[in-house]
Amino acid sequence: MADKYQLNHLRELESESIYVLREVAAQFENPVLLFSGGKDSILMVHLAMKAFGPAKIPFPLLHVDTGHNFKETIEYRDRLVEKLGAKLIVGSVQEAIDAGKVREEKGYNATRNYLQTSVLLETLENGKYDAALGGGRRDEEKARAKERFFSHRDEFGQWDPKNQRPELWNIFNGRKLYGEHFRVFPISNWTELDVWQYLALEKVELPNLYYAHKRNVFRRDGMLLAESEFIPRRPEEELFEMMVRCRTIGDITCTGVWESEADTLEKIIAEVSTARQTERGGRADDKRSETAMEDRKKQGYF
Amino acid sequence: MSQTTNTELLRFTTAGSVDDGKSTLIGRLLYDSKSIFEDQYEQITSISEKRGEEGVNLALLTDGLKAEREQGITIDVAYRYFATPKRKFIIADTPGHIQYTRNMVTGASTANVALILVDARNGVVEQTKRHAFIASLLQIPHLLVCINKMDLVDYDEAAYEKIKADFSEFSHRLDVKDIDFIPISALKGDNVVDKSDKTPWYGGATLLYYLENVHIGSDDNFIDCRLPVQYVIRPYSDEYHDYRGYAGRIAGGVFKPGDKVTVLPSGFTSTIKAIDTHEGELAEAFPPMSVTLRLEDDIDISRGDMIVRENNQPEVTQDVEVMLCWFNEKSLQPRGKYALRHTTQEVRCLVKEIRYRLDINTLHRDEENKEIKMNDICRVQLRTTAPLFVDPYRRNRITGSIILIDEQTNETVAAGMVI
Repeated sequence: MADKYQLNHLRELESESIYVLREVAAQFENPVLLFSGGKDSILMVHLAMKAFGPAKIPFPLLHVDTGHNFKETIEYRDRLVEKLGAKLIVGSVQEAIDAGKVREEKGYNATRNYLQTSVLLETLENGKYDAALGGGRRDEEKARAKERFFSHRDEFGQWDPKNQRPELWNIFNGRKLYGEHFRVFPISNWTELDVWQYLALEKVELPNLYYAHKRNVFRRDGMLLAESEFIPRRPEEELFEMMVRCRTIGDITCTGVWESEADTLEKIIAEVSTARQTERGGRADDKRSETAMEDRKKQGYF
Repeated sequence: MSQTTNTELLRFTTAGSVDDGKSTLIGRLLYDSKSIFEDQYEQITSISEKRGEEGVNLALLTDGLKAEREQGITIDVAYRYFATPKRKFIIADTPGHIQYTRNMVTGASTANVALILVDARNGVVEQTKRHAFIASLLQIPHLLVCINKMDLVDYDEAAYEKIKADFSEFSHRLDVKDIDFIPISALKGDNVVDKSDKTPWYGGATLLYYLENVHIGSDDNFIDCRLPVQYVIRPYSDEYHDYRGYAGRIAGGVFKPGDKVTVLPSGFTSTIKAIDTHEGELAEAFPPMSVTLRLEDDIDISRGDMIVRENNQPEVTQDVEVMLCWFNEKSLQPRGKYALRHTTQEVRCLVKEIRYRLDINTLHRDEENKEIKMNDICRVQLRTTAPLFVDPYRRNRITGSIILIDEQTNETVAAGMVI
C-alpha cells in the first residue's frame, strides 16, 4: 500500500529544503538569504517562496556586489526583488575598496572574489544577522562535502571543521552564544543535475547567461573567459566570438564560460547529464590550489 | 547519470573498520556509475602518480580535508552523491575509527540502508559487531553485509559462507528486519556493478542492483498521523487577512482534508480544512512532505505543538526512557540538566537515573560502572520541564528521537531513542 506514497527525488529534496528554511525562520531572530544571482540562489529564493507562501519571505536578500558583474545578473536581481516585494541589501566591495578597508589584487588574474569574504562578514555584523542562508551544495567540492545544514561560525565568522555539531535525524541545533552566527545550507543534498531538473520542472525563469548565446571570449589556463572591461587581457590572448553559456555565475573575473549550443532547459539538462567536467572546473577561484575552497571557508567565505 | 525526474531517493551509510576498503568501494560506485568528472579523475590520477601508486587509487576520491591530512584525523561524516536512471543515492560516508560511534550514529539516523564491510580475510571482528549493533539501535531498515576483498581469498565460497554464518549467529540477537550478504571485491569490481564470473556459486544480486531495487516504500510510518508544527504562517495581507496556516513536515501517517484532528498539548479538536502547498490544495499528505495545514476552527497553536488524529495519539509524558549515545568529551552528568530537543519542541530535562551502560562489543549491561564517556551508549530516564509527545523509536524515527544540548556551550552532546 505504501508505494502509492512515494515522493520522487526532486520532491523529497524540495521538502527537505523547505523544512530547513522554515527551521531558520523559527530558530533565528534575524536571518538573511545570500543572493548571488546564480542558479543556486535563484533556487533558494524559489524554495523560500514556497516555504512561506502565501506570506512573503520573512527575511531580506543580501547581495555581496563585487562591482564586477555580468550586467544581466543585476537586471535579473532587481526584477526578482520587485516581483517578490522583498528587501534587498547590497554589500559593496567597491565601497570597501574606496574606503581603504580592503585592497584590490593586481595583475592579469586579479579578482575581487577574495575581497567578498570581508565585505560579507562586515555586512553580516552591521546588520546583526544571526543566520545567513547560502546556496552551497555538498557535491560541489570536497570541503563542502563535510558541511552541515546548520554550520556554526564563531565571532570571527570562521568555520572550524573540527568543531561542528553532529546533525541527527532532522533535528537542527541553532543555539548560539552572543556574537556567533550560523551559515545554513538548505540545498546541501542537491546535485547540479537535481537543480537543473527542478528548475525545469518548476519552470523557473533564469538569467539568459545560463542559455547558450553569442559572446566575445578568450582563452586562459584552459578556460574560456568573457570579454569584460574588468579583465585585462595579455597581448597574446585574442578575442573570438563563440556560442557559450555559464554553468555557474559569480564575479565576472573568475567565472568561466563553456562552449555550448544548449539554448533551452531541456538541452541544458542533457548537457549536464553528460558533462565530463565539474561545474566548478570553470572557476578560477578554485584553481588557485588544491585546498582553495577549504582555506576560504575557514576565513568565512560561504 | 539520469535525466529522468521519476526517480526515488535512497540514503545509505557505509561502515567498516580502517583498511577494509570502504573508500575504494565508494570510489568504485562513483566511478562505475560515471559520477566522476574528468577534472576530478585527473586530480586523483596525478596524486596517485606523485605518491608512486600502481594505477589510479579510487579511494582518493573520498580523500578528506587538508586539516584532516595534516593532523591524521578524520572529521566525521562526508556526504557523496551519485545517480542511476532508477534512483538517486546519498551516501553518508563515516570514518571507521576515531569517534566512530558518534559518526556512525549521525550517518545512520537518516539512512534507509547500512552497508557493513567485512574483510574476507579477517571475518567478523569486533568492529563488525559494533557497526551491526548501531545499525539496529538506529533502526536502519535494511542491512547489507558486503564481504569484501574476495580476490584475496581466491573467491572461496567456504570463506564467504563462514562469515555469513558467523554474522547471522551474532545478528539474531539484534533487532534488524532485513539482512542480506554479497561477496565483492571493491578493488577489482567483482559484484559491485557487474556480476563477477569468479563467483559462479553466488546467485544473488550485485551491490548496485541491490541498491537500485531494495524496497524502501515502507520505510516511513504511514499509519500514525503526526505533524509537529514548525512555523505558523500569517500573511497579514488584505488578500489573506484571516489566513492562519500550520507549517511542518509530516512525521507519520496520511492526512486528508475533513480528518478530525487533535492538537497537543491543548487537546483541542478540529477538522482539517485544507492542506496547502504553493501549487494548490492537496487531497492527501504523507511523510516526508512539507505542507501547511489549515483547520476549521480558530485554535491557538504554535511551534512545538503537534497535530495528530483523535483516535491515534502519541504518549504525552514528562518522563521518558531513552537509549542515549553520548557524543561529548565531557561525561554525562548524573542528575545533570540539559536542553532537550524533540521534533520542533525545546524543553529542559534532568537526568533522573542512568539505568546501565551498554558494552557494545558484548551487549553486556553494566549497572556498576555507570560513567558515560564519549561514544558510550546507555539507557537513562529523563524528566522534562514540559510534556513531550513521543512514540517509541521503533515505531517512528522522527517522533521517537531526541537530542541533548549542553546549556553552557550549546553543543549537541547526545542523541536519544525513545524506548
